[in-house]
Amino acid sequence: MIKTDILIIGAGPTGLFAVFEAGLLKLKCHLIDALPQPGGQCSEIYPKKPIYDIPAYPEILAGDLTHKLMEQCKQFEPGFTLGERAETIDKQDDGSFIVTTNKGTKHHAPIVAIAGGLGSFEPRKPKIDNLSDYEDKGVEYIIKEPEFYRDKKVVIAGGGDSALDWSIYLSDVASEVTLIHRRNEFRGHLDSVEKVQELKNAGKINLITPAEVIGVEGDNKIEAVTVKQGAKTFTKACDHFVPLFGLSPKLGPIANWGLEIEKNAIKVNNALDYQTNIPGIYAIGDVNTYPGKLKLILCGFHEATLMCQSAYQIINPGKRFVLKYTTVSGVDGFDGTRKEAPKAVVKAID
Amino acid sequence: MEQDINIKITDRDGVQHSIEAPTDMAMNLMEVVRSYELAPEGTIGICGGMAMCASCQCYVISDTTLPEMQDDEEAMLSEAFNVQDNSRLGCQIQITPEMEGLEVILAPEE
Repeated sequence: MIKTDILIIGAGPTGLFAVFEAGLLKLKCHLIDALPQPGGQCSEIYPKKPIYDIPAYPEILAGDLTHKLMEQCKQFEPGFTLGERAETIDKQDDGSFIVTTNKGTKHHAPIVAIAGGLGSFEPRKPKIDNLSDYEDKGVEYIIKEPEFYRDKKVVIAGGGDSALDWSIYLSDVASEVTLIHRRNEFRGHLDSVEKVQELKNAGKINLITPAEVIGVEGDNKIEAVTVKQGAKTFTKACDHFVPLFGLSPKLGPIANWGLEIEKNAIKVNNALDYQTNIPGIYAIGDVNTYPGKLKLILCGFHEATLMCQSAYQIINPGKRFVLKYTTVSGVDGFDGTRKEAPKAVVKAID
Repeated sequence: MEQDINIKITDRDGVQHSIEAPTDMAMNLMEVVRSYELAPEGTIGICGGMAMCASCQCYVISDTTLPEMQDDEEAMLSEAFNVQDNSRLGCQIQITPEMEGLEVILAPEE
């Protein structure tokens, strides 16, 4: 069981900044995120795109913002459970919570802060009849372990980076790789597109475009896909069918935690501390809603800061504290490091 | 307002709304839909307007002249679901005075 002071669900900018603010109050954080890396949308959707409304940064790439937030909170040694989705929450008799992920990892904390943005990123599934019947029976939407495909016939569908990259990678692992896309054009890094072209010319990737997988068949496991290319329809034998159509965020299991939901977001008390209708559970950043809410990173930072102050009171009832300024007090990391402003020089002038 | 244009938007429940959209606020069609709350928050404009999801897909039913489709919009639509010949991404359609009378239907949620 992982134990922490504040369990943060969502490792996007708001969640990462909460780690820093909590650290100033000597509270330790652990973050859960469905994605395999921290940064949320900033690292998953638009790492190379600039943001212009982060205070004091006239321009910063979303990926760089993530790196800087990681660097800023590093000394407070946050724990991470990545690639797992927070599934259930159980309130304990002492008011604390146990949050369990879809992979069964358990986390115990007196405070839960949901910083889940638009939700956890789930694969977009094409609308093909019976497709769900073959899930985990040869149909996968995410490639977790490439060796799984060793010496197998794999059909990949999609036209973005992940479809291209995995086709390239699996061309050395699988016995046969077929890439199917609705158009002749692919959207991806130029070198990936060129590499696929090269592998196609070398006969290591079958490329079928413009075409679409419209059906799946097999006895208890997938054995073939039906492909529609122009006016003709044909069957392509395979051991695996991997549709890679990107990810889309879903509020997911959090919606069933008994929290008040409005406009696909969690209602919070914005006059006070961004607490939800369940005491001890907060919602900060894009995932919350209140009158006048703006889904901006900078608003998430503010909300994270106020949440931490309130969480401190719950964790340390009656214990006095005043807001301190980092310039004056410095920053004492949990890793033993200390950052502080240089002392003024006091010296007589002759 | 004299800079406003009239647009008809059919929401996902099939209800048509006649609305006025400003042309001087650098808004796109997805943002107009959001500003009138014609689709629930969190179901439209999920990527914020970068042509990186297709949550603002709509079908254009008037013969209004619209800005030509750029590569990123075309690529996204090629991976989206429920796509028809008249599909566009609302986030890529900047509202201009020339779009007076535009009529669109919001595509179903994926």
